[in-house]
Amino acid sequence: MKILYFAWLRDKAGMSECDVSPPPGIATVGQLIDWLAAGDDRQAEVFADRSVVRFAVNQDFAEADTPVGPGDEVAFFPPVTGG
Amino acid sequence: MIRVQREAFDVGREIAALTAGNTRIGGVASFVGLVRDLGGLRSMTLEHYAGMTERQLEKIDAEAHRRWPLEASLIVHRYGRLEPGEPIVLTITASAHRQAAFDSCNFLMDWLKTEAPFWKREEGADGERWVAARTDDDEARERWRETG
Repeated sequence: MKILYFAWLRDKAGMSECDVSPPPGIATVGQLIDWLAAGDDRQAEVFADRSVVRFAVNQDFAEADTPVGPGDEVAFFPPVTGG
Repeated sequence: MIRVQREAFDVGREIAALTAGNTRIGGVASFVGLVRDLGGLRSMTLEHYAGMTERQLEKIDAEAHRRWPLEASLIVHRYGRLEPGEPIVLTITASAHRQAAFDSCNFLMDWLKTEAPFWKREEGADGERWVAARTDDDEARERWRETG
């Protein structure tokens, strides 16, 4: 599974992307966040305030209960500020 | 049509190209967003999620065509480092009638403000900072919600 970080979430993560292999049982974005945040201090910092974290699965906006699985591209980012 | 690019754009040329040969068009509306400096801004850098950006802009564009009788439309959004006064975004809509052109152009901007994955970072005299999302952008998006 490919994880992408954008804007200041990338700054906090200290990287723009990584590949992860979550254990069986991680089936939604919300569960993935729990698992990532428990992984190390930087990830914990990325997800410290989840109210400002938005996400996309395979380049579509997603919700916490959106399913994720092997081969998916999951992106985390703050609310968008384009235009 | 949509385009995501680093380069600047020429509004006149874009309108001419978009409307060329289509005499059903009776009105064209356009909006250009510029990098604004309210004091001390040196530059603004726009980051985006390549791939998702194009997908989202295509969706926004298609939604405008679903809602209004448009003959043509164009969204151009820039990324990279921009200086105050430089254009960031362009929306053009063309229709037989002006109201559809005006309304859909407004709609495109309101939607892309909240639906297109871009993030702005400002560089000022006191360093760099990420621009925070605005709640009035969410409200502007909400007024286009279809009811019933």
